[in-house]
Amino acid sequence: MENRQQRKERLDRGIKVRTEGLYGIMSLRELSYLTLPRLVLIVGILILPLVMPSMYWQRVISIVCIYSLLALSFDFLAHFVGLVSLGGAFFIGTGGYLAAILNTSFGLPPVLTIPISTLLGAVICTVLLLPCLPLRGVYFAIVTLMYPLVLTRIIEALNVLGGTDGIMGVASFANRWIEQYFVLVMVLVSMFGLRRLVNLDIGLVFRAVKDNDQAVKASGMNITYYKAIAVFIASAMGCLGGACLVHIYMWSGISQFALDFSILPIAATVIGGAGTLVGPVLGCFILVPISELLRAFGTLRIVFYCLILVGFIVFRSEGIMVYGQRKYHQFERWVEI
Amino acid sequence: MNDQPILEVQEATKSFGGIMAVNRVSLDVRGGEILGIIGPNGSGKTTLINCITGFIRMTSGKVLFRGRNITGKPAHKIADMGITRTFQIMRPYYSLPSYKNLVIPLFSPRARRTGGWRGGGKLGDRDTVGIDILEEIGFERDSFVPYKMASTLPTGYLKRLELARCLALKPEIIFCDEVFSGLSMSEIASMIPLIERLQMDGITLIMIEHRLRELFRVANRVMVLNFGEKVVEGSPEEVMADDKVKEVYFGSEEVEEVMSHA
Amino acid sequence: MDILIYGTINSIALALMALGFALVYGISRIPNFAHGALYVISGFVTWTFLRALHVNYLLSILLAMIIIGAVGALIYQFILIRVRGMAISEIIASYAIGLAILEALRWGGFKGMTYTLPVFVEGSVTLSGIPVDFHRLLVVGIGGAVVAFLWLFTHYTRIGLALRGMAQDERAALMLGIDSDLMAVVAMALGSMLAGLSAVLLLPLGNIVVEAGYNVLILAIAVCIVGGLGSWMGAVLAAFLIGFAQILTVKYLGSHYQMVVALLAIIFTLILRPSGLFGQQKELEERV
Repeated sequence: MENRQQRKERLDRGIKVRTEGLYGIMSLRELSYLTLPRLVLIVGILILPLVMPSMYWQRVISIVCIYSLLALSFDFLAHFVGLVSLGGAFFIGTGGYLAAILNTSFGLPPVLTIPISTLLGAVICTVLLLPCLPLRGVYFAIVTLMYPLVLTRIIEALNVLGGTDGIMGVASFANRWIEQYFVLVMVLVSMFGLRRLVNLDIGLVFRAVKDNDQAVKASGMNITYYKAIAVFIASAMGCLGGACLVHIYMWSGISQFALDFSILPIAATVIGGAGTLVGPVLGCFILVPISELLRAFGTLRIVFYCLILVGFIVFRSEGIMVYGQRKYHQFERWVEI
Repeated sequence: MNDQPILEVQEATKSFGGIMAVNRVSLDVRGGEILGIIGPNGSGKTTLINCITGFIRMTSGKVLFRGRNITGKPAHKIADMGITRTFQIMRPYYSLPSYKNLVIPLFSPRARRTGGWRGGGKLGDRDTVGIDILEEIGFERDSFVPYKMASTLPTGYLKRLELARCLALKPEIIFCDEVFSGLSMSEIASMIPLIERLQMDGITLIMIEHRLRELFRVANRVMVLNFGEKVVEGSPEEVMADDKVKEVYFGSEEVEEVMSHA
Repeated sequence: MDILIYGTINSIALALMALGFALVYGISRIPNFAHGALYVISGFVTWTFLRALHVNYLLSILLAMIIIGAVGALIYQFILIRVRGMAISEIIASYAIGLAILEALRWGGFKGMTYTLPVFVEGSVTLSGIPVDFHRLLVVGIGGAVVAFLWLFTHYTRIGLALRGMAQDERAALMLGIDSDLMAVVAMALGSMLAGLSAVLLLPLGNIVVEAGYNVLILAIAVCIVGGLGSWMGAVLAAFLIGFAQILTVKYLGSHYQMVVALLAIIFTLILRPSGLFGQQKELEERV
């Protein structure tokens, strides 16, 4: 009976600016409400390599960043364009193999291979995904699921591109710090860049394609073209990650088409908060270290991610970031009735 | 209004595996006139629009726009030429506020080509132009209505948003699919001047309607469809008086009954 | 001549693999990415009954199929039903389940050459100078029987007709008193049992490996896309198309190009005729 006397009340925290666009900012305090989380995030990420205890963990941070690029691209495609990409491994593998080939067969240094394989890889991925873009979402999911699996088998069977052994002897970055900070900066750039992009006019067109593509067609715009642009951006991020991965490990092989790269970004997005474009990065920071700690268990890790993923999806948990945003903008307290 | 028909449809036919949704319908529309298409439910009106505007591939027939054959062109190309349409089942972009809904048509190649709403040159800020268009169409500018999420708008505003979406493309022809349905009398009373103003601006309108009284106030010509076939075409008065039309709406036995008691 | 025989065998095998997927998608519009996982798991369950528990072969097969049907129904009832209608979540959920099962099997040590199922009948027969295993002939026979049975089932029994009704128009079926949730569970159970059946028929021809799960998934999806997602007869026809195409490439180009055929088949179908041969997704070309 006492519970009836009290009721939870949800109040706004009184931050005037919560949507895009800055209106009149009244005070430093409100400014700080907005900028402080972002500053903490940027500074925190940037000093991370400096505080890591060992080389091993510094490499883990790089891997986290590469997965973050994939997770960001998945979130962007799934929640802002409406295309579910089940094959992050496809992007990583394309970028990785391209960088390895450019480096070993053509002798280009990482400074050149990375930009070239990002752009060229994005072109290749977009062209390969082009047939399913005019169609409904499930076809995109099927095709992106299939490409890594089939490409693995083709490379194995035809023994091209190094076959099961892979391409060895890829050059590494010039400097350890460059290796660390390049990917970090790329992740920050992508994250803030994507958040900006979805509010630009072209970003609105992407979101409209997700909502109601018939209306976009009726407005005289070719849907396939805009979906292709979105896929290009997402695959560029994935290929960038793949190229960096190859230069970090100095080796490129079919393990880059592995399912790890397909499922972990999805799990990170769902756990971290889908649709926020920050949640996926957060999810990666949580899942990848756990994955490293569980390395002893082999592929059981994947089972683990999948079960958590299913749990989150079924119980429609909103994800950490969405929950956090909600709590940040509102607070709850008990009120006497 | 000049004499050359701006849009000609010749023997449009669409069959869905045996069911003839549209059966050899021909029509032509002069520039600047308002053509009404009426008929009972299921008579193929929306299917006819879908065929003309390229959302559905016709089984046979031709569509000519200003003498050019546009049959079989994809929907976005046809919209790009200036033939726009509204949708019967209203679906705005739910996740965006109302004025942002207009940014998308303003981003299209046609809007960029035909210049700004206020005429000539660059469009400038699409948000501002969007709010201007909404004001033209009846959203109150100083209220919060244009800034509300599109998912919260009532039907009257949604219908106008649909029209605004077409207007942002500076169209030559607008196919209005049941714009008057679901509106109250006062909302319709405020829509009719808008339709008349569109006609004065030189836009050709083809309106599918069930609300006959309101339609007959604005339409120049009316066409009646039944079971996918054209029954009658003519001015509103001619159509209202026609026996075949009465048969279509009331059924032939009743007409005979009425006639036999007359 | 050998192309004809091998082609037929391959095609019926593909048809068996694909029918389960086609059934589930046709009725509940959920792509069952766990199809490959169900295939492999039924192989292992049969193996467990047969080798570890020393149960009669036929009985093991029956038990395995019942268990797999139950597993499929449970997956649908507890997980997929909650995400129905949300396209993104459906795809992710079924993909994650499939992946979880396959990788759990891989971790559990079920890899390598040590797991096999025996063929039903030993020996082979010579048809027009080409040796063919009895087991492969049995596959063709049973496969044909399954297709015929499915046709009869969906045309003459109440449940079968209800399933077809749901596949055509769910709302109309609901209005006729057909419980769409129950029918979807039945469809999933049936689809899983078909996966199990194809597993016990085809696995004796090789080893039970986890990779087979992924292969089966790819092939089943390829067949269903070419035949049209949602059309069962289309899947059978497409199975013959792809089956013969694969045999031809094996004969003239080499056996490692088989998967390429599947991939190319999907790409060509999506470019030329997205709704597939008999697709009911005509909306892809003509949409309102």
